[in-house]
Amino acid sequence: MSYDATTHASLTADAAAIIARYPRRRSALIPMLHLVQSVDGYVSPDGIAFCAETLDLATTEVSAVATFYTQFKRHPNGTYTVGVCTNTLCAIMGGDEVFDSLADHLDVGPDETTEDGAITLERIECNAACDYAPVMMVNWEFFDNQTPESARAVVERLRGGKQVAPSRGANSVCTFKQMSRVLAGFTDGRADEGIGAGPATLAGLDLAKDNGWAAEAAPTAPAAPNKAKETR
Amino acid sequence: MSADILTPVLSARWDTKRSWTLATYEANGGYAGLRTALGMDQAAVIEAVKASGLRGRGGAGFPTGMKWGFLPAPDGGPRYLVVNADESEPGTCKDIPLMLASPQLLLEGVIISSYAIDCHHAFIYVRGEVLHVYRRVLRAVEEAYQRGYLGRNILGSGYDLDVTVHAGAGAYICGEETALLDSLEGLRGQPRLKPPFPAVEGLYSRPTAVNNVESIASVPGIITHGAAWFAGMGTPKSTGHALFSLSGHVTRPGQYEAPLGVTLRELLELAGGVREGHELKFWTPGGSSTPLLTAEHLDIALDYESVGAAGSMLGTRALQIFDETTCVVRAIARWTEFYEHESCGKCTPCREGTFWLRRILDRIEGGTGTMDDLDVLLGTCDNILGRAFCALGDGATSPILSGLQFFRAEFEKHITGHGCPFDPAAAALFEYTSRSRENEVALSGAGTVGA
Repeated sequence: MSYDATTHASLTADAAAIIARYPRRRSALIPMLHLVQSVDGYVSPDGIAFCAETLDLATTEVSAVATFYTQFKRHPNGTYTVGVCTNTLCAIMGGDEVFDSLADHLDVGPDETTEDGAITLERIECNAACDYAPVMMVNWEFFDNQTPESARAVVERLRGGKQVAPSRGANSVCTFKQMSRVLAGFTDGRADEGIGAGPATLAGLDLAKDNGWAAEAAPTAPAAPNKAKETR
Repeated sequence: MSADILTPVLSARWDTKRSWTLATYEANGGYAGLRTALGMDQAAVIEAVKASGLRGRGGAGFPTGMKWGFLPAPDGGPRYLVVNADESEPGTCKDIPLMLASPQLLLEGVIISSYAIDCHHAFIYVRGEVLHVYRRVLRAVEEAYQRGYLGRNILGSGYDLDVTVHAGAGAYICGEETALLDSLEGLRGQPRLKPPFPAVEGLYSRPTAVNNVESIASVPGIITHGAAWFAGMGTPKSTGHALFSLSGHVTRPGQYEAPLGVTLRELLELAGGVREGHELKFWTPGGSSTPLLTAEHLDIALDYESVGAAGSMLGTRALQIFDETTCVVRAIARWTEFYEHESCGKCTPCREGTFWLRRILDRIEGGTGTMDDLDVLLGTCDNILGRAFCALGDGATSPILSGLQFFRAEFEKHITGHGCPFDPAAAALFEYTSRSRENEVALSGAGTVGA
């Protein structure tokens, strides 16, 4: 098996665009593996061969890299990766129960995909949103402050073919393949969707504003002694 | 020093409408620092950052300007700036919200820093598991090119710079700077032997500065307001503003930007205290790789020296707060599972050690551990700490060693009591009946529980 001519041509053009971003070709490998996932939904044997021939590597060298990173999938992924953070902080704040509840509800274990191909369930590591614990990621968009009920509601909508909106992210969650294309560095024009900061992100800033707290005003000339107090 | 208790600088514009766009950033004074920097000698920019006392905000606390100073003199070949935006240390959640809300601030820092070290191609390595953050940083770069902040002859200065935004693919180890460089070169992300340090042989074996997002985002302020302004905040050896991230059993978790040297007691008070009706049991000052501290450490100044003197590390200022409902064995077992999962496999102490640490901790948590296991834990940690190839192996021992130091009795209780005395539901932020308790209820209801 290999790619049909159209797919191969479009992959070749995209790969050329990726390679052009780097001083050395091999740096293109990780984005190219994301690109392969955007076409095949996982790192397929065809994709490995394509990366190898494009970058003049052995297929074993490509596989060695692909198997190192958890975002690269060796089996076809569901349309949505639903990841529940079960690292310590989220787990203790309730992430363990959120995960168990989803596993029961979907009748799959970690890294398994529902029969309808909609959802791959994962236990994920810390995703840098601890101030919104417990956190769930759907195709790596943030779903903050989850409960078993809220998480089940999200996966039910996904299985029903309905859109879901992350707490902090685009207006809706795209598919695994669409996401993979963005991660390969091809913009989908959605950067301006969604909010800039959630409530926890602004907790300190809000408090500082309420109390009139701020860093001291800058001196008028850089490197001058700093004595002036900011006027508010 | 008369700075207020909270000093929003990096976070000051996070609440503005469409804060991430170039238009908003410019309307709030953005890129003034770049204009100033381009009018300075490159060496003067490095000097300003040195004089500010800025220390790396990614965990290690190495002085940023000094790091830049280690790059050898230009030899005509390429030199690189690589921004470590692979924020993955458990508990750490500052760079990701910064890039979501204010990617242009990071980018202005990238351009100034690149100019300072005579770099013409910079890279921002963003972890792959934050799709919208990656979108925002890509867009920020696109906008900066359109407005002439990137590309050829930036703002008519004759200085050229290209920026590539690179998405990782899921690997904690890539937060280690040399592993990150290998990953950026298209390899498995495994650490390199040091020396040579990246300043001498980094990306593609060329001189490279690798800096954390928050460090680089602090540079525009230093250039705009002056090194003395920055050094006027914090303590003499730990200068400036920094993001403190409170999470866990705290009333108002979130980002609190304050001068270094603030205490957890002060920050907790601002955040409404430990959740109502509960008290502090243990906390991390800077992620799971920094030894645990307890309520007796509430008044330690959160600067590099004071936290170090207390037996821990300031790390990333990831203040994870756990109250008395939390089982410390469960917490540590889970962090250890993380280190086992994320060990890159390059060195034996970390690869094999984390495997066994996890299994021993799991059996202690599950009630089948023995008292001897506690010594095996200590011995295994002793064989990792200082013997692992990189700091991440050392980090795996931090929660275990500090946990045993402060809570040995709780480990013993799991062993002598043949199980965990805590109800996980009591620690959760929502109400539910935990599965273990459900089983107990069901079993006792059926009258089948023997002695």
